Amino acid sequence: MELRKSYFADVRKDDLHEIGQPRPRSDSPGHVTGKTAFFADRNFPGTLHLKMVRSPHHHARIRSIDTSEAERHPGVVKVLTAKDVPHNVYTILILIQIGPEDETVLADGKVRWKGEPVVAVLAETERAAQEAAAKVKIDYEVLPAVFDMEEALKPGAPLVNEYHGQNYYLYDSGECRKVRFGDVEAGFASADHVLEQSYQSSPIEHAPTETTGCVVAPEGNDRFTCYTNTQAMFFTLDNASIILQMPGNKLHFVGGTVGGGFGGKVDVIVEPIAILGAKLTGRPVSFIYSREEEMQISSPRAAEKVVIKDGVMKDGRIVARKVTGYTDAGAYSRHSPYGAQKGAGHYPGPYTIPNVWIDTYCVYTNRTPSSAMRGFGVTIGDFALEVQMDKLARLIGMDPLEFRFINAYRDGDMKAHRQPTEGAALIECMQEASRAANWPVAEKFMAMSSYVKGA
Amino acid sequence: MAIRRGRGVAAINYPTGMNLGGDPTQALVHSTPTGNFMVTLSSVDLGQGMKQIMAQICAETIGVPTDRVVVDTADTDTGPHCMGTFASRGTHRAGNAVIQAAKEARQVMLEVAAEELEVNASDLETDGQGNILVKGAPQKSISIFDVALSAHFKRGRSISGRGMFLIPRSYPEKETGAMKPSTCYAHACTVAEVEVDDETGEVTVLTVKNIFEIGRALNPKMVEQQLVGGSWMGISHALYETTEPYYPNRDHGGTDFNQYLMPGPGDLAQTEIIVLERPSADGPYGAKGPGEMCANPQIPAVANAVFDAVGVRIDTLPITPERILRALKAHAAN
Repeated sequence: MELRKSYFADVRKDDLHEIGQPRPRSDSPGHVTGKTAFFADRNFPGTLHLKMVRSPHHHARIRSIDTSEAERHPGVVKVLTAKDVPHNVYTILILIQIGPEDETVLADGKVRWKGEPVVAVLAETERAAQEAAAKVKIDYEVLPAVFDMEEALKPGAPLVNEYHGQNYYLYDSGECRKVRFGDVEAGFASADHVLEQSYQSSPIEHAPTETTGCVVAPEGNDRFTCYTNTQAMFFTLDNASIILQMPGNKLHFVGGTVGGGFGGKVDVIVEPIAILGAKLTGRPVSFIYSREEEMQISSPRAAEKVVIKDGVMKDGRIVARKVTGYTDAGAYSRHSPYGAQKGAGHYPGPYTIPNVWIDTYCVYTNRTPSSAMRGFGVTIGDFALEVQMDKLARLIGMDPLEFRFINAYRDGDMKAHRQPTEGAALIECMQEASRAANWPVAEKFMAMSSYVKGA
Repeated sequence: MAIRRGRGVAAINYPTGMNLGGDPTQALVHSTPTGNFMVTLSSVDLGQGMKQIMAQICAETIGVPTDRVVVDTADTDTGPHCMGTFASRGTHRAGNAVIQAAKEARQVMLEVAAEELEVNASDLETDGQGNILVKGAPQKSISIFDVALSAHFKRGRSISGRGMFLIPRSYPEKETGAMKPSTCYAHACTVAEVEVDDETGEVTVLTVKNIFEIGRALNPKMVEQQLVGGSWMGISHALYETTEPYYPNRDHGGTDFNQYLMPGPGDLAQTEIIVLERPSADGPYGAKGPGEMCANPQIPAVANAVFDAVGVRIDTLPITPERILRALKAHAAN
C-alpha cells in the first residue's frame, strides 16, 4: 500500500504523533497464538444445547405440532414452541421506529420460508438435541410460494407476510422510497441517446470464520449474562428485552473479538431464544449455528434487481437518470427496508445529473430473510451504475474513464436528494488510477479538481 | 478458442455511518494510578482492529504513547451505549466520542499538573512520551504517572472524561426524497485486468489497482489489511459467491465451503492499493469509514473487464463460466 500525500496536502496537517503511525495491533499476538477468547470459549457446567426444528417448506400452514415423543427423548430438558415466547412477533428496527412487527421467533400457525424455526429443543448434549428435534412431528398444509420479485408484485400473487398485507414494504412515501429532482422525462426527450438496462444479483453469504451464536448463563439473581458475537450489544439487548418482556436491567451482554461479522451478526436471532431457554430451565444454554445454518438459514445479502434508464449527450453529459431498485427481503423485513432506503439516498451515484428519478422497493418473497451485509443498499447499486457507465461511454464512443470525469461530482454540486456535495474526491481517485494503471486521459481531465473554483 | 485479455474501470463513493444518522455512540476515559488510561465503550471489535484504533485516537488526544491506553469494550454492564459496529461507522462515531472524552480527561490532567508545577494549565504541553512540560521551559516537567498519583492520592481529582457523538436523524421528504443520508463520503476508483478463456468461460483476475480516498489513514497497516481484504471480497462477489446459484430458483444452495464457491489463495489477483487522504470535516482526525466501500468497486471493474475481453455483457451476478459461455453462444448465434 502507498499513501499519496501530494493530493489534498493543502487541507491536511501531517503533525500527529500516534495517528498515522503503523502501530502493531495489540490483539494480533493473541489471534495468531490462539489465545484470543471467543464467546464459544465460555464453558459452564450443566450447559444445555439448543437445536431448532425448521420448516421443510417454503410456505405452509401449520395444522398441528406434536412434541411429545421429542420430550421423552433421553437427555431432553425442555421443548419450546411459539406459545412459550412472551412477545413472539417482533421486528428489530422497531428500535428506530421502522415497523410493523412482522416476524415470529418461533413460527405460529404458518411458515414463510424453508428453514424457518418452529420448535426449539434443549438437551444435555448437541446429539440428544439433534435426535429429539427429528422426533418433533409437525403437520403442514403446503401453500403456494412466490420466489420471483416481479411475480410477487403482481396482483393475485401468494401473500408472503400478513403483517404487511402486500408483498412490499409500505414507506411513508408509499410503495417505494422516492427521490425526484428536475424533470427526468424532459431530460430523456432532450438527450442524444437513451439507454435502459436491467441488472440482477443473487443472495450472498457473509461466510464468517466463526458462525453466529451465543452462550447464556443465569447469574442466580434473576439476571442473565449472554456471551455473544453480535455486532451490536445494546441493539441486541434492547430487542431481547422486548421479545422476552424482561426489563433491560435483567440482561447483561458480553461480547469480545468477533470472528468476522460483515453484517451477518446484527439480526438478533440466537440470543432471545437462548435466554428464554436459560430462564425456563435455570441452566446455561448454548445456541451456535452449524456451518449449514450459517450458509442457508442466517440472512444473506439481498438479491437485487436494478433498472437504470439514462439520457446522454454526444459530448458525454448525462442529462437524465431514472433508477428503479428492487431489494428481495425474503419473508421478513429485518434490515431490508433500511437497505432499500439507503439505495434511494445513494443513487444516481457520484455524478452530477440535473434530472433524476429514483424508486426503491423492498419486496417480500418466500425465501430466507435477507438483511445487512457489507455495503448493502449500495454494493449492487454500484455494480449496476458502473457497468451502465461503461455501456454509456461505449455507446457514444468515448473512453470510459474520460466519460466519468465529465460527469463526476465536485464540491458544491447539488445532489438529487438535495444536499450540496462536500469533501468530494472522485476526480483525484480517477486521476491517480489513470497514472497507476497507465490508462491515459486528456490533460484537461488531469487538471481538474474536486474543489470549487475560487472558493 | 483463445485466452482473451480485457481491462475495466469503476469509480464509486460511499457514505460513512448509519443511513440518515440517528446512531449515537458514547465513550468514557479515565486514568488509573498506573498512569495508564482506560477507554470504556460497548462497541464491538469484529476483528478489524477497532480496539487498536480507539487506543491510538485516545493516545493522540491526551498526548501519551498508544501503549499507555487500554480499551475495555463490548460489555453492557460497564460500557456506555453504542449503536453497534456496522455501516462503516465504528471508527467515525466511536472515534469522535473517544476524542471528546479524552479532551476532557486531558484538561483535568493538565490542571493537576499545573498545581504540581505551580504554573497555569494553559502554559503546559505534552511531549507524547508520557511527560507534561512547561511551554518554553521544558526542563520544568512532570511525568503523567506522577500526575496520576497526585490526582488520586493527594488532590482528590478524577482524571476522566465523557464523550458522545450523534449525527441527528434525517427524515426523507415523502414526495421529493430530500434528505441527508450521510455527512461524509469515502471514494474509490478501481482498474481490473482479466483473462477470459472463451472455451471454458473461466475468468482469471490478473491485477487489481485500487485507489481509495478515506479521509485519514489512522493506522496505515490496519488500513491496508482492511482494503486488501475488501478488494478480495469484491472479486469473490463478482465471480464466485451466491447461496442461490440459479436465483430465484431456491435449489442448489451450498451448505459448506466445498459447495459455496470462494476464491482460494491461488485465485487472488495481484493487488495494488493507493490511499489518498482528504480529511472529512467531522471525522476523528479527518477519518472516513472505508470498511464497506473497499469491497464495492472491484465488482463492476471486473464485469467491465470481462466485456472488454470477450465482447459480451454479463449483467447478472455472479459472473460464472456458465453465464459467460451461454452469452458467447448467444452472441455467436446472432
